[in-house]
Amino acid sequence: MTGTVLRALLSHWRRNPLQLFTLLAGLALATALWSGVQAINAEARASYDSAAATLGEGTFDQLTRSDGQPLTVASYVALRRAGWLVSPVTEGRLDGVRIVGLDPLTAPGGLGPVQIADGADVGAFLSGQGQVFGRAAALAALPAGPEKVESPDVAPDTVITDIGVAQRLLGRDGQIDRLIVAMTQPIGQAPLSEIAPELIRKVAQGGSDLGRLTDSFHLNLTAFGLLSFAVGIFIVNGAIGLAFEQRRPVVRTLRALGVPLRRLMVLMALELALMALVAGGIGVALGYVIASLLLPDVAATLQGLYGATVAGTLQLRPVWWASGLAIAFGGTAMASAAAFWRLARLPLLAGGSPRALSMAAGRSARVQGALALVLLVAAGALALTAQGLVAGFALLGSMLIGAALALPLILDRVLAMAERLSRGVRAQWFWADTRQQLPGLSLALAALLLAMAANVGVSTMVSSFRLTFTGFLDQRLASELYVTAADPADAKRLVDYVTPRVRAVLPIQSAPAQIAGFPAEVFGARDDATYRDNWAFLSANPDTWDAVAAGDGILINEQLSRRSGLSLNDAVTLGGRQFAVEGVYGDYGNPIGQAILTEAAFEALYPDVTPLRFGLRLPAAEVPSLVEALENDVGIPAANTVNQAGIKRISLDIFDRTFTVTTALNILTLTVAGFAILMSLLTLAALRVPQLAPAWAMGLTRRELGLLELVRAVLLAVLTALVALPLGLALAWALLAVVNVAAFGWRLPMFLFPLDYLRLGGFALLAAALAALWPAWRLARTPPSDLLKVFSNER
Amino acid sequence: MLLTVTDLRKTYATADGDFDVLRGVDLSLDAGQTLALTGESGSGKSTLLHLIGGLDVPDGGRIVLDGTDLTALDDAGRARMRRETVGVVFQQFNLIPSLRVVDNIAFQARLAGRHDGAWCDTLAERMGLTPQLRKYPEQLSGGQQQRVAIARTLAPRPRLVLADEPTGNLDEAAAAQVLALMLELVTDTGAGLLMVTHSDRLAGQMQRRLHLSRGVIA
Ligand SMILES: Nc1ncnc2c1ncn2[C@@H]1O[C@H](COP(=O)(O)OP(=O)(O)O)[C@@H](O)[C@H]1O
Ligand SMILES: [Mg+2]
Repeated sequence: MTGTVLRALLSHWRRNPLQLFTLLAGLALATALWSGVQAINAEARASYDSAAATLGEGTFDQLTRSDGQPLTVASYVALRRAGWLVSPVTEGRLDGVRIVGLDPLTAPGGLGPVQIADGADVGAFLSGQGQVFGRAAALAALPAGPEKVESPDVAPDTVITDIGVAQRLLGRDGQIDRLIVAMTQPIGQAPLSEIAPELIRKVAQGGSDLGRLTDSFHLNLTAFGLLSFAVGIFIVNGAIGLAFEQRRPVVRTLRALGVPLRRLMVLMALELALMALVAGGIGVALGYVIASLLLPDVAATLQGLYGATVAGTLQLRPVWWASGLAIAFGGTAMASAAAFWRLARLPLLAGGSPRALSMAAGRSARVQGALALVLLVAAGALALTAQGLVAGFALLGSMLIGAALALPLILDRVLAMAERLSRGVRAQWFWADTRQQLPGLSLALAALLLAMAANVGVSTMVSSFRLTFTGFLDQRLASELYVTAADPADAKRLVDYVTPRVRAVLPIQSAPAQIAGFPAEVFGARDDATYRDNWAFLSANPDTWDAVAAGDGILINEQLSRRSGLSLNDAVTLGGRQFAVEGVYGDYGNPIGQAILTEAAFEALYPDVTPLRFGLRLPAAEVPSLVEALENDVGIPAANTVNQAGIKRISLDIFDRTFTVTTALNILTLTVAGFAILMSLLTLAALRVPQLAPAWAMGLTRRELGLLELVRAVLLAVLTALVALPLGLALAWALLAVVNVAAFGWRLPMFLFPLDYLRLGGFALLAAALAALWPAWRLARTPPSDLLKVFSNER
Repeated sequence: MLLTVTDLRKTYATADGDFDVLRGVDLSLDAGQTLALTGESGSGKSTLLHLIGGLDVPDGGRIVLDGTDLTALDDAGRARMRRETVGVVFQQFNLIPSLRVVDNIAFQARLAGRHDGAWCDTLAERMGLTPQLRKYPEQLSGGQQQRVAIARTLAPRPRLVLADEPTGNLDEAAAAQVLALMLELVTDTGAGLLMVTHSDRLAGQMQRRLHLSRGVIA
């Protein structure tokens, strides 16, 4: 019996190959979307992590010799023996390329290219000629020798390699420039002054800002990855629902012939599992292809992410396969649950008159409307009150699901209104007919809504992030060059040397303090145009810097303001002195509170602090020669200088790659939404003929009908886009202003980018139009005999 | 003469080769005349009706309707004929499901640019549809639906009404009522009526009667 039943079930697909294709393609696309977004996400994450790592060795404390000379291997060995987790670095310039040599066996994780952290091919990295990692341009500038591995993650004009290779390339055998101190150290180790008194510890600074900023970015990107996945699941759900719907008569007949329901369900579940396997496999491969096509430089990195070896061929990691297939199975199960439930309750004798169906539809529309209302009201309430991560995600969830549920009802109302207002009979019929199509299209339109909203949200988030971040860099890195001295004597020599050579020397000095009961770092700033010109405030009194320079004004960062509740003009007590808050500034990425006093006030409060870091103002073109002069004349190694232009270039570079990622995400989700529309239209096409035949018989041409079909799809897409825009903005707002604040303690300002939204709306319309093109063309070409069959007695 | 059909031929391509359904049909109909077309199932009655209604194209012969040669028209021209000159009542699936009864009745007249609200009201009233005007087709019984279809066909005052077994789906009482109403209204508007039926009793109520057999008028 099983064989016979299976044949009867499967025969459906032979008769409806298009439907089979739709189901498989829908599943495969959903899986591909998931895998592709995963790959893109991982790629973005990897590039941030490594960019942050190569950029800011400032993430870790460092040990250097106070006289600026190279370290001896002896002191390194002594430190390791004493239990210090340190890792040697040799660094220098060769033909304009910065060569950074690391010891992969002792380097803390997260430093250097991801491939190394992955433990990729440590053998090749260490042995023989070794490998160097860098961008194509930097690699090309190097002499022949070690194997060159292109790695776009490394900062520009920089290559990373094993310390031995670096020493050989630089001709500095056995020399170590500095030691990296791992973040966590065993307790009870002997102090540095006992083991290696000639070394000084340079406390990490700066680098962590970037790391924390990107943490926030990752969180947001992950949220959008999930959203894209939801779009995919919508499609699978639609495909399975329709396939089951169409096989009702077969199922009914089989059951009437005595096939037990249970056996039927098991067989159909097996059938679906088989499809999930096939489609999931195709989807994983497709996602891989999409990811490598969409990200121009993803191919090389993919090897590191998914193929174990750097030098090996492009291969898919088993984990990736497993997660892709799991998604396909999970999605299929989720999507088919409702279909199976309906199947189990299907009455044996045919009922399902159109009237009963539409009455049921009316009932479920009411339930759906009530649910949407509850969720949206909950979202509104959460938006006003939400604090904390859980509430933030609850806000996101209720907003999105509520909007997806509300969409068909909103569209129905709009179309009903248009029908009432329309004058001509064609227009009236068009609106009424469009309204009738809504139930069949609502799933696809909900997918389009989520895709559009995700895209608006992602664009807003990324662009706001970029604006904020570059503005923040401009403010914080206003000086052209930052130099760190090893000790006060060094600092004095430095200041004496540079003072006649630069426009301004800005000491950077700080001391830990308690402000309003919260730990904070207090800075003393010299009164200089640099600050006046570049700093922007979240809130401030007029003439902020004058008030600070006068000695009794203080500036605090957003984090401190939020935590302590201090705001403008509130009094702050520091060392028994009163200061008035003159301004609150954004301090993105900083985990702790911060406050700024004028230099004199700071010195009065903390007479023991001597500044070791300095910002230097000078023409940008003179920076490289000054760096060299500092190294040669004052003995300050290049590693202790930070070139502002370099940091800005690197961070802009990061954002260019972010935009690639964003565009990829946009295209992917809209493609899938477009596919959902195509699929729905194709499935509806068979139902369309009886609906259109009377209109045709009464004198509308098939051309006209086809054209209206196209117009209808575009119109629905326009309406959906109009709902998606505010939803996307609300989404971005929730992520930036609620989730981010909860997760990181600071709020990322939100900017609007109308042109981006316009372009996205254009894409969505294009996707809808392309999806509707073929069904409309087919409709326009329906042979009259097919239309006439509708009326014939044999039907 | 309202309608003249000469030597009309139609061939369907089927899996077992060509199948000649109509092999030279001749017929004519005057304005105000009613004509019953009978014939066995499969004899080509519907095919003939579709050709006259401009819903399909013949393989040979001529159809002149109200002075216009239908066979010389293109797709758009035939569509205009369907809007303005002919009205067709089918056995079933006649109505536009997305429109209310009132809008279904006015639909063709408005398409043809000849909407007459008072006439539509009269039609609805005489068809006994006034209480149903705000409903959707699926909420009506079969007989009610067919009365809507007839009202809609007559609303633009077409020159020729074609009906393909309009009562075939109805029980006897409903069929008699619907047919009586249709004949009454067609006579009032002065249109010609060509009705396909295989009921001798219904055919007997028409002025003329033709029998289609083996692709020709017997
Ligand atoms: N589109 C078509 N393709 C092939 N054969 C058709 C088509 N339409 C009708 N036929 C065949 O032509 C014959 C006449 O059909 P029809 O005009 O519907 O007959 P009637 O209405 O008299 O019952 C039938 O044998 C039918 O099977
Ligand atoms: Mg027939």
